[in-house]
Amino acid sequence: MARIEFQDESAVVIIGSGAGGGTLAHELTTRGIKVVMLEAGKRHSTASFSQVPGAAFLQLTWLDPRTQSGDWGVAKNFPTLPVWHCKTVGGTTVHWTAATPRFEPWELRGRSTYGNIPGTSLIDWPISYDELKAYYLLAERRLGVTRRNGVPGLPASNNFKVMYAGAKKLGYKRVHTGHLAINSRPFDGRASCIQQGFCAQGCKTRAKWSTLYTSIPRAEATGNLDLRVESTATRIEHGADGRVNAVIYRDGEGGEQRQKARVVCVAGNAIETPRLLLLSDSSKFPHGLANSEGQVGRNYCHQILGFVWGIFDKPISSWRGATLAGVVEDEVRNDPSRGFVGGYRMELCTLDLPTFPLVGLPYGWGRDFASVIENYRNIAGMLINGEDMPRAENRITLNHDVKDSFGLPVANVHVDEHPNDQAMRKHAQTQTSRMYDAIGAKRVVFGPVPPATHNTCSARMSADPREGVANAWGRTHDIKNLFISDGSALPTAGSANPTLTIVALALRQAEYISREMKARRV
Amino acid sequence: MDEIVTLNRRELLKTTTGLLTGWVIAGSPLALIAPGRAWAVDLVSLTSAEGATLMSVARTIAPHDKLNDAAYALVIQAIDSDSAKDADTHKMIRGGIASLRSDFSAASETERVAALREIESSAFFQTIRLKTLQVLYSSPIAYAYFGYEGEAFSKGGYLLRGFNDLRWLPEVPVEDSGPLPEGE
Repeated sequence: MARIEFQDESAVVIIGSGAGGGTLAHELTTRGIKVVMLEAGKRHSTASFSQVPGAAFLQLTWLDPRTQSGDWGVAKNFPTLPVWHCKTVGGTTVHWTAATPRFEPWELRGRSTYGNIPGTSLIDWPISYDELKAYYLLAERRLGVTRRNGVPGLPASNNFKVMYAGAKKLGYKRVHTGHLAINSRPFDGRASCIQQGFCAQGCKTRAKWSTLYTSIPRAEATGNLDLRVESTATRIEHGADGRVNAVIYRDGEGGEQRQKARVVCVAGNAIETPRLLLLSDSSKFPHGLANSEGQVGRNYCHQILGFVWGIFDKPISSWRGATLAGVVEDEVRNDPSRGFVGGYRMELCTLDLPTFPLVGLPYGWGRDFASVIENYRNIAGMLINGEDMPRAENRITLNHDVKDSFGLPVANVHVDEHPNDQAMRKHAQTQTSRMYDAIGAKRVVFGPVPPATHNTCSARMSADPREGVANAWGRTHDIKNLFISDGSALPTAGSANPTLTIVALALRQAEYISREMKARRV
Repeated sequence: MDEIVTLNRRELLKTTTGLLTGWVIAGSPLALIAPGRAWAVDLVSLTSAEGATLMSVARTIAPHDKLNDAAYALVIQAIDSDSAKDADTHKMIRGGIASLRSDFSAASETERVAALREIESSAFFQTIRLKTLQVLYSSPIAYAYFGYEGEAFSKGGYLLRGFNDLRWLPEVPVEDSGPLPEGE
């Protein structure tokens, strides 16, 4: 691993080591570019992943304080945990459940496809599907995605058998074990899935792709990566020319460090990325970096997520097997006659017993609440995963009343649901309920809106600089050597789980950055 | 089964203020994993009477009639431990218990539910509710009772241990799923 001097002005500094940052670091270092990667969390390994659900949650989750507001259910049900992502080397690719669908071509043209929906800030992507497709193909090969490129699907688990039978009764056609970055056979030096469940606790067999044990060690092996763990970026500095030139961060001992940079790429997930830009205000950029149009933090999307549980009178043991290995894709279409625009997926899902009553069930206690858990062994599960509407006022801001351990204002997450979101959720709940009813469920229970795991769009790419933060390459409109390299850059949320698209965009951005560096334009 | 061992390890410290005890019912899921026939939990900040009342509160919050008291005792032990660490928490917990009707434990379930509804928004109730949900379903006793098998990495996963053993629905065609991996 390289040791890059603090005063070295030639390095790219990447903030965050997840799907975006980890991929980008690998691509740049293999092209001979020096990279300093700042990761706020610790480095864990397959050996150190806890297999106790509560302890695993504490080991991997970003738990620094945040506040929230708005009418979405999360503010009421999970006041201290608006979003659920990781703080560790590998970022959220450590706890993700590895669903890797692509966006549909029409989802990249949200504004054109859906029209002018009042109360939204929909835009079209500044990238065509054909441009993106080449990088999807590359990303799918890198991740070994199932049911693509001749890679077999995962076998059907008990939970999927229930989903499949119900979906077929309703006449759904696009039902299968899903596109997943989980090995259905040994691939890339990693074993095939042993159906242990516990995807979200960190995959101890490495069957599930994570930058922790793919991109990052490979980047280190090039000799061009200086990965600094427990290093929390607190400010990006710029010179008189308006270009960024250094990143201030706190190291593991709390000491302040300053790393010079030729290029800065921010990949801290859709809450911390805009927060860092906002924290970096200066006399030249009084509203924060890349924020001349006031777009930083706005249009935050989180997808319509919700658990659906079907209670049967026979055992299912839904915890056995890859957590998300199943999907119904028939509702991924734009059909306004359903009462809303955009589409949604129904994905297989389950929660371990300790997590189930805390996250999977609506607030409750007493006889009825306990009676649901009493049936735990006989419960089948699904997760609704749909496109939510971007809104200018759904945004990440700095809350100056609450400070983190460094004395800096924390992020506030504000979400008011759009009527389209609510109509979609209602439709999805009806359909999932019909699926379970069709095969004899005793009861169907809908979970609360869980802490958001698919955080996107808060520093989005836009063709028009007035409508977003970055251009089609993720380069900020305002600052030539400052890039957005994570899900924050997505222009709209779509109905696809975001990671594959984040990886594809990072692969594409890496080509652009190395080209620009070679041409000495940055 | 560390927690069961803890349950039975009666270190009668000088600081012990209370005690919860019970029996392991023969033939119950707990009997399969418990090393002995009796269990006991020491309390270090709450009295035995306070502990007993909290047991009733936890049982009212999450009533699983056939789940052994030992599972609930672990909840009370966790609350007792939090209470021992922080004076404000101690005061809040004791105050909350004192605010309940004196015959709370002896009251009918309907009456207990009604009493808790009245204080549902209080910090006391919400603390006990959250702790109950966090601890009750995390113990080996609960795993055994609910039939949950937990982590399987140490046993080679569920691939050969029933991940697809459901037989009351049709099998999924291989074109919509995938082949079982071959032996490696």
